[in-house]
Amino acid sequence: MQHNGFKSSNRIVQWIEYRLPIFSFLDQQVGTQYQAPKNLNYLWNFGSLAGIALIIQIVTGIVLAMHYVPHGDMAFDSVERIMRDVNYGWLIRYIHANGASMFFAAVYIHIFRGLYYGSYKFPRELLWMLGLVIFVLMMATAFMGYVLPWGQMSYWAATVITNLFSAIPWAGQSLTEWLWGGFVVGTPTLTRFYSLHYLIPFVIAGLVILHIWALHVHKSNNPLGVEVKGPKDTIAFHPYYTIKDLFSLGIFLAIFGFWVFYFPNYLGHPDNYIPANPLQTPPHIVPEWYLLPFYAILRAIPSKLGGVIAMGASLAILFLVPWLDTSRIRSGTFRPIFKQFYWLLVADVLVLGYVGSQPPEGIFIHLGRIATAYYFVHFLLILPIVGWLERPKPIPSSISESEAGTTQEASGRSETGT
Amino acid sequence: MTTLAADKNHTSNGSRRDFLYVATGTAATVGSALAVWPLIDQMNPSEDVLALASTEIDLTSIAIGQAITIVWRGKPVFVRRRTSEEIALAAHTDLEELPDPQLDSERVQRAEWLVLVGICTHLGCIPLGQKGTHPRGEWGGWFCPCHGSHYDTSGRVRKGPAPQNLSVPPYKFITDTTIRIG
Ligand code: HEM
Ligand code: FES
Repeated sequence: MQHNGFKSSNRIVQWIEYRLPIFSFLDQQVGTQYQAPKNLNYLWNFGSLAGIALIIQIVTGIVLAMHYVPHGDMAFDSVERIMRDVNYGWLIRYIHANGASMFFAAVYIHIFRGLYYGSYKFPRELLWMLGLVIFVLMMATAFMGYVLPWGQMSYWAATVITNLFSAIPWAGQSLTEWLWGGFVVGTPTLTRFYSLHYLIPFVIAGLVILHIWALHVHKSNNPLGVEVKGPKDTIAFHPYYTIKDLFSLGIFLAIFGFWVFYFPNYLGHPDNYIPANPLQTPPHIVPEWYLLPFYAILRAIPSKLGGVIAMGASLAILFLVPWLDTSRIRSGTFRPIFKQFYWLLVADVLVLGYVGSQPPEGIFIHLGRIATAYYFVHFLLILPIVGWLERPKPIPSSISESEAGTTQEASGRSETGT
Repeated sequence: MTTLAADKNHTSNGSRRDFLYVATGTAATVGSALAVWPLIDQMNPSEDVLALASTEIDLTSIAIGQAITIVWRGKPVFVRRRTSEEIALAAHTDLEELPDPQLDSERVQRAEWLVLVGICTHLGCIPLGQKGTHPRGEWGGWFCPCHGSHYDTSGRVRKGPAPQNLSVPPYKFITDTTIRIG
């Protein structure tokens, strides 16, 4: 039997396919019928790695929820019980805790891949924005998850982050008390965070489906940034990219295992093994590594409301990147000036991350302010101006042309022209 | 098309339909808003959290220069018995120097006793300065380790990202040696 180019001799598959054409659907979306650019490099593997990380988080999370008790008096002990008494509880918890880091690592590379190859440009703006919504929701989920063990870092991270809302003029205080369900962070806060920490990953999963739907409308961008012109430029997703994704998954899981089995607490903070004490702030509060750049931006501005606005703006600005980048050339490969500023931005974000991990004193205050200013300068000034002034290198007319080694002169800025 | 044409011919009919649209839309909006409110309000502090008793503190055991922390409504409250130098420092401060100008006399009932909610007005950490071993910041009051806010001997912010002075809870001297907070 045949349906939209899909064939199977298995009677059960045929029976289902006739009633619900799910096999042909999958074949068209992630199978032999899906044609992807043939020149994708390994940076294109991080989307699928992020997807698998999400699944790992959901599976381990559901198992942890079978043992975890969301109450201020019991949460810490229930986590210790998972670590000591529950069969393989230590393994499941370490996978979940380090899995968040692996997830963020994959997504950060995924985002920076998009920034370098101009994957956010026409016609993928909405794809990019859906990705950013996923990213913001991931941060919210990770933050609320970190609160659940109810250690000192959990408690004080919750206090500091929820207090961000108190910066909002007039309504701030009542809004914060509404978030807390009390006058300080307490059990009511813990239980609602637990509820949302369980919920949001499923919202993310739904958004990932929209993200991939949008991806499959215009297909992947590629290292050259030239659109697919015909069958010569593509290869079938299965088996070529499925096997490539599987290979990178092996490496990903090896690194993952390295953390889980050898340094399970390295990315965490020892203070979180001290039960929450609402009357004592630890001397040095730091968020998890993946939130550090944003934390540095928050602290860079010497005003409460200003810091909150800057932090929000540093995320909001990413949504505008498709319009701030005025160059029609997608791939950074053909943009000699953009390329240099791109690496400066990468360095700047790393500096911000480092500053975020240090106490707010001396040199770090200045470094944090300079790096924060540069972050905004990059997006608001450098990106538009370089797009106007830069003379791009000659771009190949198609993917297969480039493989054959021929290029044509850059046709001005009309490459992605509508 | 035919219905549109019919609508044009019977304007009364059209306006009646418009009215129905608007009325249905309004009812739906108001109805949903009413239905959503309980879902939002459930997150506010509940009755048992609100019904928090006031706390009484016995001051006799606090020596000059010492401070204690007690809990009121789940929040730490600092009670510091100030030395005469600390009082003088707080009283003789130029208001121009203060980000949140307030006289020391507006912040205390009896100069010796400083009573404050011990929560940094920046992002809610508990400032250090209650114990002798703690850093007290550049103005000898409290120092918040989270993002480096300094408070003086009246609990007023002097430096750092905190926008306001440490707040003073409602309290009353019931006797010379007991206060009631709340
Ligand atoms: C849970 C998180 C995410 C998952 C599971 C996910 C999944 C994927 C997958 C499977 C692809 C196709 C393969 C690939 O290009 O790597 C993709 C493409 C893409 N993603 Fe994501 N993504 C996530 C988050 C993000 C974020 C945070 C952004 C950035 C803002 C983003 C932006 C993009 C873009 C622009 C593409 C098209 C890229 C191209 O083809 O060049 N994604 N995503
Ligand atoms: S919470 Fe005290 S300085 Fe930020």
